Amino acid sequence: MWNYEKRLQYPVNISTPNAKLASIIISQYGGPDGEMGASMRYLSQRYSMPYKQGQAVLTDIGTEELAHLEIVATIVHQLTRNLTAEQLEEQGFAPYYVDHTAGVWPQSAGGFPFSASQFQSTGDPIADLYEDMAAEQKARLTYDNILRLVKDPEVCDPIRFLREREIIHFQRFGEALRVTQDHLDSKNFYAFNPAFDKQNGNCNR
Amino acid sequence: MNELMTQIYEYSFAVDDVLLYLDTHPEDQEALAYYKNMKEAREAAVGAYENQFGPLTKDGVKDCVDYWVWVNSPWPWEGGANKCGTMRKGCNTR
Repeated sequence: MWNYEKRLQYPVNISTPNAKLASIIISQYGGPDGEMGASMRYLSQRYSMPYKQGQAVLTDIGTEELAHLEIVATIVHQLTRNLTAEQLEEQGFAPYYVDHTAGVWPQSAGGFPFSASQFQSTGDPIADLYEDMAAEQKARLTYDNILRLVKDPEVCDPIRFLREREIIHFQRFGEALRVTQDHLDSKNFYAFNPAFDKQNGNCNR
Repeated sequence: MNELMTQIYEYSFAVDDVLLYLDTHPEDQEALAYYKNMKEAREAAVGAYENQFGPLTKDGVKDCVDYWVWVNSPWPWEGGANKCGTMRKGCNTR
């Protein structure tokens, strides 16, 4: 169950449209390291996380990523609103415009549609958490790349917020990995998959 | 942005952030106290905002006698230059 709150997690108020920037930033909506993949990854992985702290981290970060998805969509929307077809074309937006007008649709900057093949849910908590930590770093560097291209402070501001959250999430996933490993055989973390292999007489792991 | 909404943003972010910290540090007493303070401040600001400006969640709909006000208050993506967004008072009402 989710509840909707009628505000963004961080405010976005962009007064100058710039479709060229929108065509880059949209990658964090539906691209390979974007917020859609992030939220779907963590919310899907929860079901094979055996430990309560890890379940909480995956649920709460997955939920925050939905809020980030809305922030990125809002940036794309505000950067493309009130432009004519001619202005959109001048700003390099014609290939997107022809299919989506000024609607928001999940794709990468390169035009590839969002795909679940951009993330994994392996059913193995250690493998999943390493993927999650890598995902946060990939999203962080994508925001770094975006920030090198953005000059408008009204756009930089929410992008910087999103970048900082990637760093916090990386830290929390690192802690979730430690908690997970604390439950496992310290001599061999990979002796069994705690989400799948039944351990004799050990129901309380 | 009005003062109450600024407070809502600040207190809500504090809650969002300490929530994740508490997930991996559930026994940290200082963080638990901080969560309680920020949660209460957030609830007070949300209540005051909703009384003046309309609901932020479905539970915040206070005045639904003759019209469903949820559809009237601005949507979060409507900020910035669009004067029919957060600044509007009458251009997207019934």
